[in-house]
Amino acid sequence: MIEINGLSKYYGPIKAVKNINFSISDGEIVGFLGANGAGKSTTLKILSGYLAPTNGKVKINGLNIEKDSLAIRKIIGYLPENNPLYFDMNVYELLKFTANIRNIKGDEFNIALDKVIDQCGLKGVLHKQIGECSKGYKQRIGLASAMIHNPKILILDEPVTGLDPNQIIEIRNLIKKLGKEKLVLMSSHILQEIEATVDRIIIIDEGNIVADGLTKNLINKYKGKVQLKLELLESEKEKIELLSEKIDNIKIKNIRSTKKGHTCVVEYDEKNDPREKLFKLIVKSKYQIIEMNPKSDNLEDVFRKLTKSKK
Amino acid sequence: MNNIIHIYLKELRSYFNGPMAYIFLIIFSLVNGYFFSNTFFIFGQSDMRALFQIIPLVYLFFVPAISMSIIAKEKNSGTMEVISTLPIKEYEFVLGKYFASITLILVALILTGVHLSNLIAVGSNIDYGAVFTGYLGLFFAGCVYASMGVFASSLTDNQVIAFIIAIFFVLFFFLVDKLLIFIPNTVSGVFQYISIDYHLSNISKGVIDTRNILYFISLIGLFILLTIESLSSKK
Repeated sequence: MIEINGLSKYYGPIKAVKNINFSISDGEIVGFLGANGAGKSTTLKILSGYLAPTNGKVKINGLNIEKDSLAIRKIIGYLPENNPLYFDMNVYELLKFTANIRNIKGDEFNIALDKVIDQCGLKGVLHKQIGECSKGYKQRIGLASAMIHNPKILILDEPVTGLDPNQIIEIRNLIKKLGKEKLVLMSSHILQEIEATVDRIIIIDEGNIVADGLTKNLINKYKGKVQLKLELLESEKEKIELLSEKIDNIKIKNIRSTKKGHTCVVEYDEKNDPREKLFKLIVKSKYQIIEMNPKSDNLEDVFRKLTKSKK
Repeated sequence: MNNIIHIYLKELRSYFNGPMAYIFLIIFSLVNGYFFSNTFFIFGQSDMRALFQIIPLVYLFFVPAISMSIIAKEKNSGTMEVISTLPIKEYEFVLGKYFASITLILVALILTGVHLSNLIAVGSNIDYGAVFTGYLGLFFAGCVYASMGVFASSLTDNQVIAFIIAIFFVLFFFLVDKLLIFIPNTVSGVFQYISIDYHLSNISKGVIDTRNILYFISLIGLFILLTIESLSSKK
C-alpha cells in the first residue's frame, strides 16, 4: 500500500510537487497522468527512493520512505522514464546483476529468469548486447529487470513508450495480469493506453493533484455535453435551425451546406437523450439521414480540461 | 559486502568489455617503458628508481582518465537512477566502483613487472626491499589519486569536467611540497606533510613508516567519505 500525505518536492526555488495526498491499495492498477513538467516523474522518483521529499510523509507498506528506504527498495520494482540501461551488458548479464543485488541466486534465479523472459518475451535476445536491441526490446528488458524479484509494488514511468501496437497490447495484458496480485502505479502519455489498462486515475497539474478517481467516474464527472453529428440529405437550413425550438435542451451548431444537403452538430446533456424525438422529426420533414453519430468526452478531453484550465 | 563485489565485477566488466582499459594500459606501459629504458643503460644501475620517478608523473593524467567515467557516466546515461533504486547502500556502490578503479591501477603496475624481469636478467645486487617498497608506495599513491578521481566523478555528469576536477586535486596534492618556498615557514611543515610526493619518497627509500601508510589511508578515507556525501546530498 502507498500512502502519501502532504508531499512536496522543491528543486531550489522551483516547486515541482506541492503538498499532494493520495493512497493506493494493493491490487490496484493506477494511472498517473500529467503534462510534461507537472510533477509526475518527480513523484514517482520519490516513491522509488531515488529522490528524497522536501516535506511530507510517504509510507509504503507501512514503511517510511526516508527511514526505511533500503527495505522499501527491496519490495519495489521501478522502471524509470527513458528506460536507462547498461548498453555494454547483454540481457542475461543485466538480469543476473539485478538478481544478484536483490540476493536472488541459484535455482531461485533460474525460476525468476524463466518467468520474466516468458512474461516480457526476451527469449530471442537473452545473450544479445543491450545496446544492439531495438527500442521495443529495450523497454521490455527494463521491465524484466524491474520485475525479476517479483516485487509487491511496480512503479512504471512510461512503460509502453517505443513499443509497437502489438507489443503495447502484450504489455497491457501483462500489467493487467500483474495488477491482480500487485500494486501497479504507471504513468503514460498515451491516454487511450491508460484508459484501457488502469482502474483508477490520478491527474497531477503544476504539482497539484487535480483529479483522483475511477476512470469512468472521472470521465462522467468532468465530461461536457454530447455532440451528435448529423448529415441530412435534401434538407433546408432554416428548418434544421427550428429543430432546437421543437426539442427541449438541445443546441444546433455548425450548420454547413454539402452538395446534397447539410451537416450540423446537435449538443445535449447525456441524461436528456433527444435522438428518438430528433429522428421522428427529421423523418416527418422527409429528410434522409446519412449520419447520426454521438461523441462523448473521453479521457483525453477530460485530461485537457483539467490540465489546461490554469494556462 | 556482497553488493560491493557485484558492483566491483560489473565495473571491471565494463572496463574490459570495451577498449578503454586496454588503451589506457597500453599508453601507460609505453610511456613508462620509454622513459625507463631510455636511462636504464646510461646510468648502469641495478635499480628501478627511474621507473618509480616517472610513474607518479604519468599517474597525474592516467588515474583521472580511468576514474573520470566511473560515476559521471552513470549519471549521464541515467543508469544512476536505476542503480540508486536497487537495495544498495551508498558506501557499497562507491567502494565497488573504487575497488574496480584501483584494480586497473594494480594491473598497470603489474605490467611494469616486465622492466623488473629485465632488471633481474641483466642486473646485479638488486635491492629487492627497495623495489617492493617502491611498488607499495606507487600503489598507495594510485589509490589516493583514484579516490580523488572517484570523488570528482561524483560531482558532475560530464566526464571531461570530472577529468579536469580530478587533475586539479591530483596536481594540488602532488605540487604542494614543490611550492614550499612561497609558503611562510610557520606553516610549511603542514604543507609538506599533506604532499603525496613527500610520503611517496619516504616509502620509496625502502622504509615502511606507519605515519606514511596512515597518511595514504586517511586521504583515501576522506575522499571516499566525500564521494558518499556528495551522492547522498544529490537526493
